[in-house]
Amino acid sequence: MAVSFPFSAIVGQDEMKRAILVAAVDPAVGGVLVFGDRGTGKSTAVRALAALLPKMRAVAGCPYGCDPQPGTPSCAECAPRKAQGEPKSVLKPVPVVDLPLGATEDRVVGALDLERALSQGIKAFEPGLLARANRGFLYIDEVNLLEDHLVDLLIDVAASGENMVEREGLSVRHPARFVLVGSGNPEEGELRPQLLDRFGLAVDVHTPTELPLRIEVVKRRDAFERDPDAFIAHWHKEDEKIRRRIVAAKKRLPDVVVPDAVLERAAQLCMALGTDGLRGELALMRAARALAAYEGDTSVNDSHMKRIAAPALRHRLRRNPLDDAGSGTRVERALEDVFAA
Amino acid sequence: MPVMPSALPPSDPVSLQRERADWHGALQAATLFAIDPAGMVGVRLRAPAGPVRDCWLDLLRRLLNLEGLRRMPLSITDERLLGGLDLTATLAAGHPVAQQGLLAEVDGGVLLLAMAERLPAATAARLAMVLDQGEIHLERDGLTQINRTRFGVVALDEGIDADETLTPALRERFALDLDLSLIAPRTAVADADDGQAWLASADDILDARERLAGITVPEPIIAALCASAQALGIDSARACLLALRVARASAALDGNAEVTEDDADIAARLVLAPRATRLPPRAEPEQEQEQEQEPEQKQAPQPEPQSAEPPPQDQPEPEPPAESPPEQTPDPQTLEDRVLEAAQAVIPAGLLAQLVTGSLLQQRAASGKSGAAVQSGLRGRPAGTRRAVPNGSQRLHVIDILRAAAPWQILRRAQLPPGQAASNRIQVRAEDFHIRRIKQKTGTTTIFVVDASGSAALHRLAEAKGAVELLLADCYVRRDQVAVLAFRGRSAELLLPPTRSLVRAKRSLSGLPGGGGTPLAAAIDAAALLADSLRRKGQSPVIVLLTDGRANVARDGSGGREKAQAEAMQAATRLRLLQAAVLLIDTSPQPDRMAAQLALTMHARYLPLPHAGAAAMSQAVRAAMQSGA
Repeated sequence: MAVSFPFSAIVGQDEMKRAILVAAVDPAVGGVLVFGDRGTGKSTAVRALAALLPKMRAVAGCPYGCDPQPGTPSCAECAPRKAQGEPKSVLKPVPVVDLPLGATEDRVVGALDLERALSQGIKAFEPGLLARANRGFLYIDEVNLLEDHLVDLLIDVAASGENMVEREGLSVRHPARFVLVGSGNPEEGELRPQLLDRFGLAVDVHTPTELPLRIEVVKRRDAFERDPDAFIAHWHKEDEKIRRRIVAAKKRLPDVVVPDAVLERAAQLCMALGTDGLRGELALMRAARALAAYEGDTSVNDSHMKRIAAPALRHRLRRNPLDDAGSGTRVERALEDVFAA
Repeated sequence: MPVMPSALPPSDPVSLQRERADWHGALQAATLFAIDPAGMVGVRLRAPAGPVRDCWLDLLRRLLNLEGLRRMPLSITDERLLGGLDLTATLAAGHPVAQQGLLAEVDGGVLLLAMAERLPAATAARLAMVLDQGEIHLERDGLTQINRTRFGVVALDEGIDADETLTPALRERFALDLDLSLIAPRTAVADADDGQAWLASADDILDARERLAGITVPEPIIAALCASAQALGIDSARACLLALRVARASAALDGNAEVTEDDADIAARLVLAPRATRLPPRAEPEQEQEQEQEPEQKQAPQPEPQSAEPPPQDQPEPEPPAESPPEQTPDPQTLEDRVLEAAQAVIPAGLLAQLVTGSLLQQRAASGKSGAAVQSGLRGRPAGTRRAVPNGSQRLHVIDILRAAAPWQILRRAQLPPGQAASNRIQVRAEDFHIRRIKQKTGTTTIFVVDASGSAALHRLAEAKGAVELLLADCYVRRDQVAVLAFRGRSAELLLPPTRSLVRAKRSLSGLPGGGGTPLAAAIDAAALLADSLRRKGQSPVIVLLTDGRANVARDGSGGREKAQAEAMQAATRLRLLQAAVLLIDTSPQPDRMAAQLALTMHARYLPLPHAGAAAMSQAVRAAMQSGA
């Protein structure tokens, strides 16, 4: 795999970076969708995430990377092992798996291992991308161009956290809990609403308009392309700082409290925007809590809420095609109203 | 022999000079592209097939020192594009053997995309993915591989309309964008015969490549390029990076250790100018006028551009007048102005008008407008496989057949008659057969044909726009598309090519012109043409015609109510033969006999809606879709 651009070296794009970090701190936030114009560094930021994630503990030899802790979802082989006490485990990197366009269904869900079947006549399951992404991130670039039959698969698995394979005489089920990360250009097509719904946060990115920022973007990118190793070494310390903050935030997360006043604000905001059901409030709550944890706070305050409201709610608004303002602007407006009151 | 006006019959010296300047720019682009094809990602070469294009490609081939460029056909499958299982080898070896795809094979070379204007969006997205990452992530047919590959692309764009062009997803990634369609063959060929090597030789290219890595870029140059991009309304950060690479290649060719201002000028001309979406705010109107007439006035940044313009052809250096000593510490402001001016000078004259209306934003590929229908059962996007014995029009999915057969090999071999048991051939039975499932998107495309003539035009257009947006917001779940044709003055214009993107629809429909005559026949013809081509792509067209039915401009653009009406009726009869669902919304204040008659002729549903609001209109259209589509 080619080296990726360091996360800390990305210029501007604060909303996108914040959303990605929030998802890294608390996977329960449920995925990030990055939509924006071409050439705004969408995929750069997502690919940079892999280098930031702290390692995780997984059952040794398990192809699904099951969590050795009791009471966590496990595959057919790990379940009995876990019943007999904590199995042997290893530290491994949190997977960030790319689902490339042109992938076939058999590689996404897993299929019969052709090699072993042909040479030894053994019917064995060869896990696919969903298995590899378990407990990690599944990244789909150009998510709005993904083939429909793959979107169907994803929608189902992302909701149930489990992949069921019934093909070629195989019957396999394994845990597939992953944070879905997608990026795309809205000009190339809309996203299916069901898939949109699977993303906890949605970010709109634009090219920075201030000239000094733009110059900095080009300078850093150029430096990276000319000598990637030196550039990464230069930014390593910054990346390391972010990684430590993520680790600390994950530890702190269960203790972060959400005061009632903040909860009330969230409810007011969602009501003002007319988001469907309670999903919006829950997503906003979780995201604000993860942000508070990342920033070292022990309780959620208005500032956290304000900064994460747009990504948490923008894709849950009812569409009003005759309103020319983007959904982000509508959230901003509602924020002003609610917080002014 | 500095210039050769005597060798060519110069019909019009100004246009001839412009032509030669364009051709010189194209050759310069080819030379720089040859130095760093992968870095510049690609060239969009808009030109009809012919001697000019061949000449350019031939030059590129010589510069790259290649026998031929690798061609990619439009209909390439994912297997051949990205790689997959090598069936013959797999069957012979008894275990899976991977096969490289075209994109891996072309590593280090240049890929030629023929008929790039018709490249399907799915293929373009895969290509873009590989170009971005410099590697192919293969997750196919039970194989997982990552193959590194670096190559440049030459996209041959033979589109005719502005809409019919390479998809923006690729255009944006390509550094270079050339339009050779206005260059006469004699300009190109005369040059090729005379001074083939006057820009560089293949050896010069090799030398330049060696130098490329060591070239530094002074910060003011980066700043000037970024500032120029911003002034020209270029949003993408990629444009600046690509310009930087072109500038670097130019410096390498000149043998400089550092990018100079001249290199920045070249980069601005080749990379930034074609992407301009607006003119810099400082440009005064007179200045624009001047450019329209004589763009090459400012082509060369030197004080005497006219004399320096056609470079002596036997001189090896590409930038003959570059002798002026580079200033040591250029003032950033003047540098920016200079780079910007270089870019501005080559923005084609015709573009100025487009820039003003902002219609450049509309440019997009309507991937494949016409074209023969593909055999049914074989078209559409792959949608998995299923177990079945194929009939005539379906394709076997061999890998899934192997998967189905594999577990039974030991049993089946045991059942073979004794003489054959030893053979390690794979035993396949009819029950193993799998066929490819291909799903065709059979969505509906609603074509709004909007009468933009006369005084009520603006109002009607606003309503149509509202209806389009409502429909799009409502229908994208079903993958429906919407297109908008507007007619006024003398002809009909495709304002919004078929799309399902709400964002694009909003952009394209934001500034609609209105007023003028009513060329109804031309509009109906255009709608019929579009409907027919959509049907060939497997879509069901629904035509919604918003008009009062009072034609007054004939097909040839001449006025005259009678002739125009007769022609409109003719066009309506022809539209009926298409048997498409048509809805005619009569927008005149008093519903009129003409419109009703027109509707009858084209077998359209007739709906008098003198003050149709957007909501009422979208509802009527939905009803028509349900009954007609």
